[in-house]
Amino acid sequence: MSDHHHKETFVTKYIFSQDHKMISKQFLVTGIFMGIIGGFMSMLFRLQIAWPEKSFSIIEAFLGDHQTDGIMNPDMYLALVTIHGTIMVFFVLTAGLSGTFSNLLIPLQIGARDMASGFLNMVSYWLFFLSSVVMVISLFVEAGPASAGWTIYPPLSALPQAIPGSGTGMTLWLVSMAIFIASSLIGSLNYIVTILNLRTKGMKMTRLPLTMWAFFITAIIGVISFPVLLSAALLLILDRSFGTSFFLSDIFISGEVLHYQGGSPVLFEHLFWFLGHPEVYIILLPALGITSEIISTNARKPIFGYRAMIGSIMAIAFLSTIVWGHHMFISGMNPFLGSVFTFTTVLIAIPSAVKAFNFITTLWKGNLQLNPAMLFSIGLVSTFVTGGLTGLVLGDSALDINVHDTYFVVAHFHLVMGVSALLGMFAGVYHWFPKMYGRMMNKTLGYWHFWLTIITAYGVFFPMHFVGLAGLPRRYYTNTNFPMFDDLVEINVFMTVMAIIGGAAQLIFLANFFISIYRGNKAEQNPWKSNTLEWTTPVEHIHGNWPGAIPEVHRWAYDYSKTDENGEYVHGKDFVLQTTPLLDGEEPS
Amino acid sequence: MLALFYIFIAVAIGVSFWQITRIMNFRSVIANDKDNETQGKLAIGFLIFLYAMMIYCLIAMNIIMLPESASIEGEHDDNLFNITFWLIGIVQFAMQFLIFFFTYKYRGKKDQKALFYADSHKLELIWTVIPAVTIVILIGYGLWAWNNIMYVGDDENPIEIEVYSRQFDWQARYAGADNALGLGNVNFIKGINSMGVDMSDPKSQDDKKVTELVLPKGKKVLFKFRSQDVLHSAYMPHFRAQMNCVPGMVTQFAFTPKYTTAEMRQNAEVIAKTDGINKIRKAKGEDPYEFDFLLLCNKICGASHYNMQMKITVVEPAEYEKWLSEQKTLAQVIK
Repeated sequence: MSDHHHKETFVTKYIFSQDHKMISKQFLVTGIFMGIIGGFMSMLFRLQIAWPEKSFSIIEAFLGDHQTDGIMNPDMYLALVTIHGTIMVFFVLTAGLSGTFSNLLIPLQIGARDMASGFLNMVSYWLFFLSSVVMVISLFVEAGPASAGWTIYPPLSALPQAIPGSGTGMTLWLVSMAIFIASSLIGSLNYIVTILNLRTKGMKMTRLPLTMWAFFITAIIGVISFPVLLSAALLLILDRSFGTSFFLSDIFISGEVLHYQGGSPVLFEHLFWFLGHPEVYIILLPALGITSEIISTNARKPIFGYRAMIGSIMAIAFLSTIVWGHHMFISGMNPFLGSVFTFTTVLIAIPSAVKAFNFITTLWKGNLQLNPAMLFSIGLVSTFVTGGLTGLVLGDSALDINVHDTYFVVAHFHLVMGVSALLGMFAGVYHWFPKMYGRMMNKTLGYWHFWLTIITAYGVFFPMHFVGLAGLPRRYYTNTNFPMFDDLVEINVFMTVMAIIGGAAQLIFLANFFISIYRGNKAEQNPWKSNTLEWTTPVEHIHGNWPGAIPEVHRWAYDYSKTDENGEYVHGKDFVLQTTPLLDGEEPS
Repeated sequence: MLALFYIFIAVAIGVSFWQITRIMNFRSVIANDKDNETQGKLAIGFLIFLYAMMIYCLIAMNIIMLPESASIEGEHDDNLFNITFWLIGIVQFAMQFLIFFFTYKYRGKKDQKALFYADSHKLELIWTVIPAVTIVILIGYGLWAWNNIMYVGDDENPIEIEVYSRQFDWQARYAGADNALGLGNVNFIKGINSMGVDMSDPKSQDDKKVTELVLPKGKKVLFKFRSQDVLHSAYMPHFRAQMNCVPGMVTQFAFTPKYTTAEMRQNAEVIAKTDGINKIRKAKGEDPYEFDFLLLCNKICGASHYNMQMKITVVEPAEYEKWLSEQKTLAQVIK
């Protein structure tokens, strides 16, 4: 393949490229763009939560007809939280994270010239791009974008009479998501096939870096669960536009009885969460994989418990497909099912705990190189623990009754998957930026970015648990109608201020990212002194990744600081590339 | 136009940043020992910040949290919550310490060698088994409490009350003398029959429609939930009770009120919380607030989701009987 030197035009190189490295950059930049939109929305609705009666010119500027004198309308508030959730979950943390790093790293770390199908890979990106465009267009629909929450439970999402956003806005949402799912499925199949078939000589499955394992298993759960969301979306389209009754029954609205008979919203909830819960791990596992790699490299130590890490990824993936009912304890489903789902849910705590302990043990007695990527990874471990622990409250059906759909849940999932996955994504960008752009990012700005982000993330989401324990439901436009919540004003203001500082801190990242693409210091071939194969490719991107033959692999990815009995490095330095053959008498690790 | 103005400002900031970076050193890219030293110390600083914030929240925010459970079933909930919260609190403090202390302790130094330590089955066994055992105990109690709350025995003979949700209010219906609710369906909604009760059902005749919930202390109440239009969720936080209201089906939840509203107002936690609230209200020049049990909507249901409430009053059984006998039956109201 590398022998073919096709003539490249601007279009084939930068736009309809089939090169995985270019596609990964396209995913990243699109993801960042969507992230700016989704993040900005959260700033707007945080303003509303903190100062519900105050007029803001920024709200007047951006919300058009959906505000009155600088105060957003209740419909628009719901639209903003809906689209914020959708964009962050799917467009930023699924496509932006998985799409970027699976594409960049899978061929490079397993030793392949490209993905199994470069064409499908290109299609996957352009479908993602198309779905992003449709989603953005839906923001400008007259009645407003989808506003039924990112979980789009019918009947609210099915009936424009119930909320204006369930008209054209919802149609576009469904179209966008259907395209998105197609993109995700094509991408995932490609990742699976590539990892299974295109590993270089010597790259046994048990020598794959943990990033590869994480992306591989993520792709598998994506393929298992995304089609179910697609069918839910299709059935909802049928209910909305063709008069079927899959999810609707016995509805009286706007003074008339609708014709729907025999459907059940609970069915939709099952279908939605059959994807919805694995989706959490589709987001989180790649971030954990990235973290494993970065922590090990920067601690100059092998990742602790490599096989246990693989085992726990598999256990998490398997369990993730049988826990969806914990989102539905009080949906009206049989309480016995609630018991079953409680049991499977809290079992996930075990592999998760193993992962957390293994990360911490990897830090222990290391020689930590505290690069920005390393700090973001450590931050991920911290927020993953904080957010994960409250899962023990929510996963326990008896306790869930009282905190379900309160801010306690919002705090929990933002820490455990939102913030954690974002930190993992940032870690990945800082670490592999030299591989993407051949230049380095500035570390001082990276440090500022990290500390401001982690402090404000905790500042927003830690106090939020207590707002939930005060009983405040989520998705309330304002709580001024309930005197019992009047004492939450101060905390809400604090959280909003933190959120705005945190949002502003992301500008540091944006500046660092875009300026470094053009002005960054030229990268060395292996700047972090890492073991994995991607650092054996030349800095300048070439088709087929390696100029000569694909290198052969002789060892696992984690021979950092390998010493002999005398305490001397076996290979004279604290890292050993996977391509280095075993020395005479050297034990494979 | 204002939006353009904001975007223009953002672009201007971006351009000036671009200019500033000209003089910045974009060559500093990889952490050296000095960075490791600084960042390691910052990690300790952050650990202190995190601890301070956690402790502050745990102490200062105690007052804003919901008071003790006002239902008997909710006691186990509170108990289980306390156990769980202590447990995760301890683990949280310990784990965060390890993460950030190690970051500082093992910060990179020029001649420091990392320990090649790839595996330990013993350690891994320990941190698989300990969480597993803890969790089994926790969910053992949890599932017992869950079953206790969710299953209502026939012998308990609860008072049946229907709660009917719609955009954007609640209605309620008491079962009356026969303690059996008549059938309901959206097709029967007409005029004064706003809950869609089937008046041809003999059980409907003595049902009573009300605008506020009144519950007797110490008697088990079984709520039957229906919804007229979209999903709602009947959330009664003080009783640790919540259930979704689903169009097309009837869901249920039961609890036994433990305190009357008057008794709850004398509760030390409630008094402290109410005083706090009233201080804030006074500063804003609003009327003082008096504690009441509430039913709130807790499932996104449309524009006025944030304003769907119904007052719940718990009284002594005798007072409850008196109140109920004063309410008109549906047969009297709907001819």
